[in-house]
Amino acid sequence: MKNRASVIGGLAAILFSFFVFVIPFLFIILMSFKDRQQASLRDFSWPNGFHLWDNLVAVVSTRNWMMVTAFVNSTIMTVTSVTLLIVFAAMVGFVLARRNSRWNGPIEFLILAGLMIPPAVVPTIWLLQGLKLFGTLHGMILIQVAYNLPFSIILYRAFIVTIPRELDEAAVIDGARPLDVFFRIILPLLWPVTVTNIVVQSVGIFNDFTNPLYYLPGNQNATVQLTLYNFQSQFNTSYNLLFTNILLITIPPLIVFLFFNRQIVAGMTAGAVKG
Amino acid sequence: MSVATATEATIGHGPVRAGKRETAYPGWFLLPAAVIYAVLFLLPTISSLYFSLTRWTLFDATFIGFENFAQFFREPFLVKGLVNTVIYAVVTSSMKVVLGMALALLLTSRIVARGYLRSVVFFPVLVSTIGVGITFTVLMHPTNGMINEGLALLGVKGPGWLTNPNLALFSVALVDVWKGVGLATVIYIAGLVAIPKDYYEAARIDGATPWQNFWFVTLPLSRPATATVITLSFIGGLRTFDLIWAMTKGGPGFASDTIASVIYKQYQAGFFGLSTAGNVVLFILIAILVVPLTMLLNRKRGHE
Repeated sequence: MKNRASVIGGLAAILFSFFVFVIPFLFIILMSFKDRQQASLRDFSWPNGFHLWDNLVAVVSTRNWMMVTAFVNSTIMTVTSVTLLIVFAAMVGFVLARRNSRWNGPIEFLILAGLMIPPAVVPTIWLLQGLKLFGTLHGMILIQVAYNLPFSIILYRAFIVTIPRELDEAAVIDGARPLDVFFRIILPLLWPVTVTNIVVQSVGIFNDFTNPLYYLPGNQNATVQLTLYNFQSQFNTSYNLLFTNILLITIPPLIVFLFFNRQIVAGMTAGAVKG
Repeated sequence: MSVATATEATIGHGPVRAGKRETAYPGWFLLPAAVIYAVLFLLPTISSLYFSLTRWTLFDATFIGFENFAQFFREPFLVKGLVNTVIYAVVTSSMKVVLGMALALLLTSRIVARGYLRSVVFFPVLVSTIGVGITFTVLMHPTNGMINEGLALLGVKGPGWLTNPNLALFSVALVDVWKGVGLATVIYIAGLVAIPKDYYEAARIDGATPWQNFWFVTLPLSRPATATVITLSFIGGLRTFDLIWAMTKGGPGFASDTIASVIYKQYQAGFFGLSTAGNVVLFILIAILVVPLTMLLNRKRGHE
């Protein structure tokens, strides 16, 4: 009896989730298979023919292969800023978790402030211009590091507390310098939380639209999220290309989702149990 | 600890200055992060307090006192943005709390296809906000959109989701919930599975109804999860920009403008001082709403 109720409930949930959550994605896929004329109807119908390849070629080659530039830019931005984030945040988390200094209070306040306060946009642009970093990928990477440090530090500090102090002390006795202790002993032990950090921050930075919009203007600097924005008016009459573009930029998060679902959920729910 | 202290002095590489023992946790480990954070985040935030009081061209700033702020509370379309921001944050975060809790209860119960359902609910969290926004803009088209065509099949005349000024903000909020409810759900699932089974056992012995079970056991014991969901989605709601920009650009008219979209519009128009004042207003708004909120959520937890 209980079993039958759970099956019926399950089927209802599947049906409901199909309409609410699956159909929008099916719609994206179907649209990207259509030719321009059929796509302009914007209805939920089976494609008249297989046009995905033509659409892909059109999207990728538009505006002097801007899509390729954008993927390169996004990859550089994501990989570099996540690497810097990992090393710098783990170092801060390590010292914060191990040392009880009077600085811990103010530092924690700054971390919370970083999570809450919206970045001051125009002053940041003004500053980046002064540093000759405005509109450069270097500047964008440093911005991503600055904005995402608080979250990474919190993840690391919570994890480092669970690693016994005796390990670092033993290493010091054996004559290891601080950098050796950190890079050879602590950082490898942090691997699980590092993976979480990598996937959560990569998805966030890859999907970031607002910051590149402000700090990385110009077509040669476009990131993947901005291609949609730049193409939107141009593709207004060709919905097949617009949705092929959406499909294309959904693939990297999909891959991450398929392989790292567990780590993402772990990272995003980190504060839920302890509060 | 004492062993380490004793040996630290002897392991110094090169001369160890008296009184400065080498530690495994040197303060300079904080330096790279501190420099980047201070220069690119703290410095602009602090200087925004000054620039918001100026008429600013990026090259020179003329001090004009609180004129920008006065304008923010005088111009109807700027006030509208302020009100919309609060409405948006309240609507999205409360819907995420209720739906996230409901979905988490469903997905921790013995239901078939649990794995599939969890994945499907969570996946939109990872998808590009702009992609979601554009897709739903097409789906919400008043005559050509799939949503209204579907409603027409049921004999219901769908509204102009994004073209009706009274509805546009709520339609965007609805899409925000669609995209973000998966995060609330996984946070609640983590909170629910952490509740010790003994409590339900005790409640069962006392003859609690399912409703009492929820009201007196599940809800109070999942308060850390509730606190996280509310804080995260409330701050996110107040700061929201990309979804609004992708779907309505603040329109029709100024009907769905939020502070973040006003900041961008004023920036584009070259009113840098006013744009920065918008930033400060948003900062103050977050401070006066979120700080008491977190204190409230955490204090109640302390009593249990």
